[in-house]
Amino acid sequence: MSDASLNNTSKTDLGRREFIGNGAKLAAGVSLAPGVMLYGVAHARPADQAVTDDVRWGMLIDTNKCAKGCDACVTGCQQENGWGPQSGNETKSNEYQAAQWIRKVDLRNTSTGSVHSLPMLCQHCEHPPCVDVCPTGASMKRADGIVLVDKHICIGCRYCMMACPYKARSFIHEPIVNPRTHAPRGMGTVESCTLCVHKLDAGEGTTACAEACNSAGHQAILVGDLKDPNSEIAKKVASVATTQVRADLGLNTGVRYRGI
Amino acid sequence: MKKTLFTQIEGGKGFYALLATLAAVILIGMFAVYQMEHNGHWITGMNNQIVWGMPHIFAIFLIVAASGALNVASIGSVFSKKIYKPLAPLSALLAIALLIGGLAILVLDLGRPDRLIIAMTYYNFKSIFAWNIILYNGFIALVAVYLWTMMEKRMNRYTTIAGYAAFIWRLILTTGTGSIFGFLVAREGYDAAIMAPMFILMSFSFGLAFFMLVLMKTYKWTGRPLGDVILRRLKNLLAIFVAGVLYFVVTMYITNLYATEHHGVVSFILRDGGIYPILMWGGYLLLGTLIPLALLFHPATAMCRKAMTAASWLVILGGFSLLYVIIIGGQAYPLNLFPGYEVISSFEGDVGSGFYAYTPTLNEILLGFAGIAIALAMTAVAVNALRFLPESLADEEVDPHAKG
Repeated sequence: MSDASLNNTSKTDLGRREFIGNGAKLAAGVSLAPGVMLYGVAHARPADQAVTDDVRWGMLIDTNKCAKGCDACVTGCQQENGWGPQSGNETKSNEYQAAQWIRKVDLRNTSTGSVHSLPMLCQHCEHPPCVDVCPTGASMKRADGIVLVDKHICIGCRYCMMACPYKARSFIHEPIVNPRTHAPRGMGTVESCTLCVHKLDAGEGTTACAEACNSAGHQAILVGDLKDPNSEIAKKVASVATTQVRADLGLNTGVRYRGI
Repeated sequence: MKKTLFTQIEGGKGFYALLATLAAVILIGMFAVYQMEHNGHWITGMNNQIVWGMPHIFAIFLIVAASGALNVASIGSVFSKKIYKPLAPLSALLAIALLIGGLAILVLDLGRPDRLIIAMTYYNFKSIFAWNIILYNGFIALVAVYLWTMMEKRMNRYTTIAGYAAFIWRLILTTGTGSIFGFLVAREGYDAAIMAPMFILMSFSFGLAFFMLVLMKTYKWTGRPLGDVILRRLKNLLAIFVAGVLYFVVTMYITNLYATEHHGVVSFILRDGGIYPILMWGGYLLLGTLIPLALLFHPATAMCRKAMTAASWLVILGGFSLLYVIIIGGQAYPLNLFPGYEVISSFEGDVGSGFYAYTPTLNEILLGFAGIAIALAMTAVAVNALRFLPESLADEEVDPHAKG
């Protein structure tokens, strides 16, 4: 799906969602409502409405399309969320200390020699070890499957970083200036990919990395609602073989890979 | 047996010199904390790969030693060995002081130490860390009550029950500390249930070594008699604990070696990992285990005070080595995200067999020493203010049947 068609869909859906939502309330169509609400919530959610588990946001990364040497997803995420060299922050942190919400990894199959390239990021597990170990509950999973850090109650103990099997989290090692309003960052706390929660909540239905990948012409990243049988991602995972990284841990990740 | 007479120690020049030295160490440590909290953790050697560094080694050592320091009191109260009873107040005091020293380091190393109140008010009960916050605070409270029952005559009849409660609590506490690592399923260097009992044995050993050093130094500096009878018991006990830790360490690595998938991490720790094999074989096994065992058992040195002191110091050194290997080594070994694949390039540098490097900075070490100084300063002030120490631990005082 291209950028433009995604935007068109979401614009159309906004009007339809309001109309159907009101219609459902009026008709009190109990039997109809769950299906209708699923469709509505998946595409935009008013700020005063709680997140529900009618939706499970997920991402499918096709490593056959992901190009070696391309890091459009990484720079896209950096621009959107205000980290990395362009942000002007973390100038003193070394490469192992600076934030890394998403990173590109190249792999070689040790028996066949085939080479794959893919982005690693928070896998948005259904059973996230980071959430289990967090003493204060700052690491949390939203009902719609997005794993986040509550920046207000993170004490910076880094136990979640010890527990994360994907090394997807970063600790902020120095003061941050001018963070994005939608992606607050503060020294002494832990952060990771938010699955562009601000974009999904606004009904955009995609993430900065997926948009950047599409702009680069690869279409390797697909974002959507895994629970909506009509979504492109749900159809895809139902029809082709996909992999969870470290599936042996039984975490049921929201990010899936194809081709490895 | 005669009634033991407990008195405060004198606050002479030496005492104030000791306090001043400890205060200086604490102040320097606090300056290091200020540096870390003002600039951020980039000035430390810690990073997104090695997220827990030198401060955590000091902190976990002190926390583990704290519960072990209580052992001497427990042997008196729970196992009714009368000879240990005169040592019980010091044992309980050290337990509290070491724990506070260790917790101070942990808290001051947090990214946001100013949010300590959040750690105390927001609990995620699935987190072993949250449980530990309760276990640590409970331990301090329980041991304080235990001390009160020992030091207040009217409360003496409750000492046994308080001793039992504290003993059971400390076993759970150390299990909790070991489980911090044992529950990390994704990291090959950890993820072993044996961590919990191993930490309990480590606490016995490190705690007793620390206790013996404090006991011998205090009695030497204050000129109080300290007989061989009590020391013989303590040093034999220390030797058994040192051997116990060795048993668990050997068992952990042998059982790990049974599974082929763990060969990588074991050979990293024991052979290929650079600093880690050196600390494991040289620091822990040779200096921290075999030499102390020889010193404590060899007829030529067995009852020599200097040998006991050296053995205790070596056990502590070995403890630090072992914790360094467990804590840092476990993080330095890369996570195997893609079994069957080799990582050939990554923007994060986790390439192939590239192990993560860690070089501790001075700030981290100064913070660690400040934690030890906090524990010692608390102990010194307490034994000066209250009657913690028996006037005499000479042989005829502690055991009327002792000969010579």
